[in-house]
Amino acid sequence: MNAPAKPNDYTAYPDASGRFGDYGGRYVPETLMPLVHDLDAAYTAAKNDPAYQAELSSFLTHYVGRPSPLYFAERLTKHYGGAKIYLKREELNHTGSHKINNCMGQILLAMRMGKTRIIAETGAGQHGVATATVCARFGLPCVVYMGAVDVERQKPNVFRMNLLGAQVEAVTAGSATLKDAMNEALRDWVTNVHDTYYLIGTAAGMHPYPAMVRDFQAVIGNEVKQQILELEGRLPDAVVACVGGGSNAIGLFHPFLNDEGVQLFGVEAAGDGMGTGRHAAAINGGRPGVLHGNMTYLLQDDEGQITEAHSISAGLDYPGIGPEHSWLHDVGRAKYLTCTDQEALDAFKLLAELEGILPAIESSHALARLPDVVKEVGKDGIVVLNLSGRGDKDVQTVADHLGRQI
Amino acid sequence: MTKSRIEARFAQLKAENRAAFVAYVMAGDPDYAAGLEILKGLPGAGADLIEVGFPFSDPMAEGPPIQRAAQRALASGMTLNKTLAMIAEFRKGDQATPIIMMGYANPLVHHGYEAFARDAAAAGVDGLICVDIPPEEADPLADALDANELSLIRLATPTTDEKRLPVVVRRTSGFVYYVSVAGVTGVKEADAAAVAPNVARIRAASGLPVAVGFGIKTPERAAEIARVADAAVVGSALVEEVATGLAMNESVTARVLSKVESLAKAVRSARVESLTV
Repeated sequence: MNAPAKPNDYTAYPDASGRFGDYGGRYVPETLMPLVHDLDAAYTAAKNDPAYQAELSSFLTHYVGRPSPLYFAERLTKHYGGAKIYLKREELNHTGSHKINNCMGQILLAMRMGKTRIIAETGAGQHGVATATVCARFGLPCVVYMGAVDVERQKPNVFRMNLLGAQVEAVTAGSATLKDAMNEALRDWVTNVHDTYYLIGTAAGMHPYPAMVRDFQAVIGNEVKQQILELEGRLPDAVVACVGGGSNAIGLFHPFLNDEGVQLFGVEAAGDGMGTGRHAAAINGGRPGVLHGNMTYLLQDDEGQITEAHSISAGLDYPGIGPEHSWLHDVGRAKYLTCTDQEALDAFKLLAELEGILPAIESSHALARLPDVVKEVGKDGIVVLNLSGRGDKDVQTVADHLGRQI
Repeated sequence: MTKSRIEARFAQLKAENRAAFVAYVMAGDPDYAAGLEILKGLPGAGADLIEVGFPFSDPMAEGPPIQRAAQRALASGMTLNKTLAMIAEFRKGDQATPIIMMGYANPLVHHGYEAFARDAAAAGVDGLICVDIPPEEADPLADALDANELSLIRLATPTTDEKRLPVVVRRTSGFVYYVSVAGVTGVKEADAAAVAPNVARIRAASGLPVAVGFGIKTPERAAEIARVADAAVVGSALVEEVATGLAMNESVTARVLSKVESLAKAVRSARVESLTV
């Protein structure tokens, strides 16, 4: 594809048809189209309704625990010996990740729309836990689709969802990971359109989900902007986040899109290494195509069949990426780096030892690229990294890789 | 082209006062050779039109039978190009039976819409159903198909209300496919009484024949649908014959064609029987 022209206002996207340049759109079966239009209209109305915004804001403050701190990581900064490193502490949110920001926004919307049943997909289980949590809080039945492989590697989160009253459906179709969970959730939605709300966990899928999820996650970047101005009196030189579907990254990036002095770095999962073909890096190792309702970068073979993603992190183990990231990559506004499983594990251990924080294995991918970003912005620079989730759920995975019994 | 194969076939059936039986098979299920053998046998077994599925790794509107059929086809090495080659091979021996390809967007996006339309026309394809390209996203594809005189066949569903229907039938030709149940293929059962008024309003809005599918498994149900619609489509029940044939180590071709015969017979006699009742 030709490199498209840079827009004057990055925040003016998507357009009315749900496009970020060539990416996005609404590639869904006809049965869902009326629902997708209804959702678009309902979300637009809610967004402009002060009562809805006030209700959301109140729950984010009193239930989620926002704002999350922006923490100066002094020892990590010393370790790399360059730019000041700040961590946006999304792992301190209720349920332990940024996922709850979006779930709270969507469940309030679902109730406004009169929906009485919630379905969701989950990879690492963080979105599933966050969805189960808000469903428990508001008394709605909840079915979470999760790949059978992920059910196995994220057992604590499966049990957590059960405790919260959610029904977890293990999906054995295909590669039995996040993409298959999403297929199954879409099949459920198509079958139960009359009463069911599909609470998508990432800034991907058919319009309006990529824009809506981004808006709910933009609370991250908006807080960072305010907090860094209070702490440093200026904007950061770079912000960094891991990217699977890309909701924590777009939430951090979006408020900075028009601040061209702020470099944006997304970190994709390189799994065993980009050269091995066993990775989950849609932008660095994929091509544009259509899956799950949107045109975006995808891992696929020479015939347009979707290929399996590979990552130690269940949350990044997805062959696609949100369409806004695809567009930001093409126009050159954001840079997408990669990080292998091993690099993420090393970064996990480093943060635990230097700062006393166990990061999610997903967030560890962003942490692993800090030396590169620190180098890029120079000694007087300021870097903000989104610590999107906590690592308690990953303790077993890390132990397995270290060859330890727990 | 003055009159498409699809138009000619529906005109012929209208003159015979009967509905069409449409057989859906997955290309290359269980492999290319057996898939081609099945395809060649379908008209003789009573299929008036044929839908040829081209496999996709992530078929989000399919129930388990067609999901498994796609997996078998992919495992046997089936591709979009091989699907086109198989249809070209079929066309050598049959110039009358319309072939509609059915599948998902990504293999088409990868192939390129213009190249696909050109290659499909050359292979003797008559139309395309793309499950995840709704009217909102269809213009580039429709342009390519129009240029090659291929029909873009649209899906109408139980969620298609009066406001939506004109959007759905815009730029469609050949026939309209009515998805008789809100759901995936091969799970819920179609209800002829509920289907009839929808068929009538889609026919009125489009001026085209209406085929009904997504919930027809038995000859009885096919006959009921054939009394109220212009065509009855069966897919999951046919690909399940492939699965059963493989499991029981029997000829899949014989099993599929035998099933087609019983369904086609029910469709052919449906209106005659209803008159005598």
